[in-house]
Amino acid sequence: MPLEAKNVYFRYDKKQPWVLEDRSLILHRGERLALSAPSGYGKTTLAMLLAGYLKPTQGRILLDDKPLPQKGVCPVQLIYQHPEKAINPRWRLRRVLEESGELREEMLDALGIERAWLNRFPGELSGGELQRFCVARALSCGAEYLICDEISTMLDAITQAQIWNAVLKEADKHNMGMIAVTHNKHLAGRIATRIVDLTDGKLRL
Amino acid sequence: MKKMNRRTKVVILTAVMAVVLITIYMIGIFMPEDAVTGSFLNAKRPPSWAQPFGTDALGRDLFLRTLKGLSVSMTVGIAASLISAVIAVIVGIAAATGSKWVDGFINWIIDLVMSVPHTILVILISFVMGRGMKGLLIGIAATHWCSLARLIRGEVLKLRGQQYIAVSRKLGKSSKWILVHHLLPHLAPQFLVGLILLFPHAILHEASISFLGFGLSPEQPAIGIILSESMRYLSAGMWWPAVLPGLTLVLIVLMMDKLGDNLRMILNPHSAQE
Repeated sequence: MPLEAKNVYFRYDKKQPWVLEDRSLILHRGERLALSAPSGYGKTTLAMLLAGYLKPTQGRILLDDKPLPQKGVCPVQLIYQHPEKAINPRWRLRRVLEESGELREEMLDALGIERAWLNRFPGELSGGELQRFCVARALSCGAEYLICDEISTMLDAITQAQIWNAVLKEADKHNMGMIAVTHNKHLAGRIATRIVDLTDGKLRL
Repeated sequence: MKKMNRRTKVVILTAVMAVVLITIYMIGIFMPEDAVTGSFLNAKRPPSWAQPFGTDALGRDLFLRTLKGLSVSMTVGIAASLISAVIAVIVGIAAATGSKWVDGFINWIIDLVMSVPHTILVILISFVMGRGMKGLLIGIAATHWCSLARLIRGEVLKLRGQQYIAVSRKLGKSSKWILVHHLLPHLAPQFLVGLILLFPHAILHEASISFLGFGLSPEQPAIGIILSESMRYLSAGMWWPAVLPGLTLVLIVLMMDKLGDNLRMILNPHSAQE
């Protein structure tokens, strides 16, 4: 039951150059893939394509040989780089978590979310604190695949470690497939079972 | 005693202002007609303790007449700004979610209406619609929705591109759910504050159009009518029919404006624990 990108081409506009050209990628459940490349190689675009936020100009994104479902909870969940943009600033954080399902105490503990934060507004928490909520939200909706788009780039080392520990544990528990987009070679080596560099020309795996 | 935080103070202040405005409105509404009929025996009296605003050339008590007039003006203001605000929301959402063609057309209309001075447009529309209360209402309602509509359009456009809306969709939420839970809560404060800030505009336009003689008919005790009548006696040294009702109008408008500003502050989540 793999998540698959088949000969994907993408550009944002007809006048623009291709961001992705003939990329293919397969990710099986339980696999952890790190995607690295310098800025401008289409890492985020590929992440958004795989999670169904964008449609490929040519080629297909397949999950179990079928296109991604348009309705209902998407089995591929994306966690964004900037948590403050991915959370409604008018919602208290309890509501943010409840949008994806029941609050789970052990999840809050694993991510180091303090109970007092639940009644705060997003503007009152820091980026690291908000990112924990985004991770918790993505993990608690029952996703099969998780795509992490530089989710820890702006966090300090301790917070990074805490968040990744929670993500890896949860991914193992539910046998999730995971793609981590990152610049950090050391982090990639630590978390991934396979590292892919987008600079290696045409990607065929 | 624990020191009150800023938010509590603003809430109390806003509540007091709302009560004052509602009281003035209620007094005016429930005042019997004969309270503002006068006799020529008391004509042209300057302000005194019994008649704080004095009397006019027909011997009517100006204080009572001002209150009555304010409530008439407030009725016009509330009705006109409510209609205007509803038009603004519908037009704004239509522009932001409709096709490019609809958006272009609506923006063109907004530019057109905003490029003509309000007062002239209100006079024209009110004149065509048969003057009086009805003409004035239509005139004011038809000219005041533009800036709020543009604001709402911008807000909806901005919201539609937000990541958390996209995330919500991927969490399996329907368009209707997103509209109710994500979009409308963002628009409600804009709508409410816009509505209240429209009110001073509406009431001032009502007064000025009535003053110029294109609005309410002379027997109605509107503020504009009182001010317009007072001009005839101003040169004779009767300052009170112009100054005191005029000041009251300014006071009411300022209070309403402040009320809107305060409400915006209260509704803003960034100041929730201030």
